Amino acid sequence: MISFSPSEEQQMIVTMVKQFANDEMRKIYRECDESGEIPNRIIDTAWGLGLVSTGIPEEHGGLGGEHSAVTGALIAEELAWGDLSMTMHILCPALMIYPVLEMGTEEQKKKYLPAFCEEKYKAATAALIEPRFGFDPYSLSTTATLKDGSYVLKGQKCYVPLAADADMLLVYAAEKGKTQGFIIEKGTKGLEIGEREKSMGIKALATYELTLKDCRIPRENRLGGEKGCDFGRIMNCSRIALSAMAVGVARAAFEYSRDYAKERVAFGEPIASRQAIAFMLAEMAIEVDATRLMSWEAAWKLDKKEEATKDAALVKAYADEMVLMVTDRAVQILGGHGYIREHPVELWLRNGRGFVTFDGMAIV
Amino acid sequence: MIDFELTPEQKEAISAAHKIAEEMLRPISRYYDEHEDESPKELIDKMWEGRREGSLMGGLDMTAALRTEEMFWGDAGLALALPSPGLGGAAIFATGTPEQMQRFLGNYSEGGPKWGAMAMTETGCGSDTSAITATAVLDGNEWVLNGEKIFITSGKRAMLDSEGLVVVWATVDKSAGRAGMKSFVVPAGTPGAKVEKKEKKLGIRASDTVTIVFDNCRIPFENILGSPEVRKIDKTGTAGFKKAMATFDATRPFIAAQALGVGRAALDFVKETLEKEGIEIRYGLPRHKLTALERDVMDMESNYKAAKLLTLRAFSLMSQMLPNSLEASMAKAKAGLAITKITQKAVEIMGPLGYSRKCLLEKWMRDGKINDIFEGTGQINMLVVARRVLDYSREQLK
Repeated sequence: MISFSPSEEQQMIVTMVKQFANDEMRKIYRECDESGEIPNRIIDTAWGLGLVSTGIPEEHGGLGGEHSAVTGALIAEELAWGDLSMTMHILCPALMIYPVLEMGTEEQKKKYLPAFCEEKYKAATAALIEPRFGFDPYSLSTTATLKDGSYVLKGQKCYVPLAADADMLLVYAAEKGKTQGFIIEKGTKGLEIGEREKSMGIKALATYELTLKDCRIPRENRLGGEKGCDFGRIMNCSRIALSAMAVGVARAAFEYSRDYAKERVAFGEPIASRQAIAFMLAEMAIEVDATRLMSWEAAWKLDKKEEATKDAALVKAYADEMVLMVTDRAVQILGGHGYIREHPVELWLRNGRGFVTFDGMAIV
Repeated sequence: MIDFELTPEQKEAISAAHKIAEEMLRPISRYYDEHEDESPKELIDKMWEGRREGSLMGGLDMTAALRTEEMFWGDAGLALALPSPGLGGAAIFATGTPEQMQRFLGNYSEGGPKWGAMAMTETGCGSDTSAITATAVLDGNEWVLNGEKIFITSGKRAMLDSEGLVVVWATVDKSAGRAGMKSFVVPAGTPGAKVEKKEKKLGIRASDTVTIVFDNCRIPFENILGSPEVRKIDKTGTAGFKKAMATFDATRPFIAAQALGVGRAALDFVKETLEKEGIEIRYGLPRHKLTALERDVMDMESNYKAAKLLTLRAFSLMSQMLPNSLEASMAKAKAGLAITKITQKAVEIMGPLGYSRKCLLEKWMRDGKINDIFEGTGQINMLVVARRVLDYSREQLK
């Protein structure tokens, strides 16, 4: 039956994450953006909430909770409301965990999952995006070729979060023209991690370019073994996660500009009492809600293991535009103040513009 | 639990309504668009028969919303012309006593086909419904109504063609402002209620839109919906007005559901035409690889989806008896705009197929526009949303 009410358990998780976002992330997001550093303390605290590790089965050291994309979307929105850089950092190991959990072989699960069941945060990541115009996740330039019983990977990647700290990377490459995942451990010969990237937004998140120079890995490191992985599903999961994060960023910008518009007085009245401002806010509220519902519906399809390519593509494209519209208007409503780094809206606009680029950089 | 699964009953209701839409509405759609003074008698009689068997009973729940979308997918004008308590019924449901619901709607499905209508708009006020000038004066045991009401959907069928009713909004005390605004049920055949001018419209031509003049129209005291008292708690006492707004909370999601039907008709037509031409919409591709056409179609689809989910949420709250003013207006504002854009874009994409009266697309564009206008224009709904999200009164946000 159609229902828009999260379960009691989901509500508890949302309340917990909301509180963390408000009490921890919102206190330091600006200095993190300026310095480009996120304190380990906050990452460990977030990891301790068990948002990702709960979904790992008991036999691999986890709590054996249910892994649900709908719950993931709820978490992603609340975290991203706090701060997007921190959100992507906190959830980064999921880029390895969830594909292995859903599509990995038994050996891969046994080998890689237990490391993420510790109390302390452990970095892992995935590399999908390539530094060129015309990047298409379904048609990658990076290649993987089976040679003498091992895979040889060649190519270049960018926007790989935490690449320098990660003990293992899930690298996506074209094998006979089809995208597959390959697990590369830190220190493997031919894996060269470049300089930290400098971007318009998500400045607190450390992302890197990396080069694969005839990087040779064992055959059994192919995600899913002989069967391979369902890359379409991984993309769908990622698109839905990013859409939910876009909702979080947009909601933050909407709430902030709404409150500002009620306080800021011009011509003897709060600017919110003028339709030019009020109607912008109304449209922002409508679009934030609509995008949230679309992300829930798409996530619900994922949980039911239904084909969700269309839903995921539609919500992601919609969310990309929505978050840009909302964050831009938030800056506009604050006027000159919106342009100043004392207020957060300029940061949200910079982060918001990135969603269209972030394909594959987050998953829930 | 967050869930998007339709119940078996809902699936059944959708497919039953879709069958009617496809087999009974679509074939005569163009004819009644071009012959607006004729009435689709055969369709009305058949549907009335169906109604008496109970298969088409209305209601304010999600199933009714889903059924509405299907019927409007078939044809908006004809769907509006079908016998139903309509907006008058919605007003009675939303603000009447159980006794009144029984008295006015209890026998509704007996006898011949009947319609209900609502009369709010006047020549001098549309969206500003609080500026109503029609009056109701208590004389002994009767209310005496005077005034002229325009743009009454199904007013002719309700008052001239059947033993229906119209719910009329009038003020009992002009000095009381909004608090003096009350609604009254006027049954067909009441002396002093005269149907005049039938409008000629851009779309939904199969549905009649009329003016009704009330000239010393006398109705029993018990026909007032809600309390007859004018409560002047403070200067802004708005009890009467709030009743009208409570009606909108129930009706606006329906208008949104109607819009969805028209929008989906256009969307389906576009997609089917493209499919016949061998053009595939490639959903998973990055934006830079998509054609302008693919982007347009995806944009139309996501806007439809956004409007649909907002609409279902408004219904979900309503069926749980939870407040839904904000969500109802969000749905109405989004659906009205989305469908305007979808149908207009569809005409553009389809070129001569879109503009020609040989196809129905141009009609859907004309029909769909009404959903951005009646039961509160898109702008009025944006105003409601804005006031709600800002927690502002109408004085704070004009």
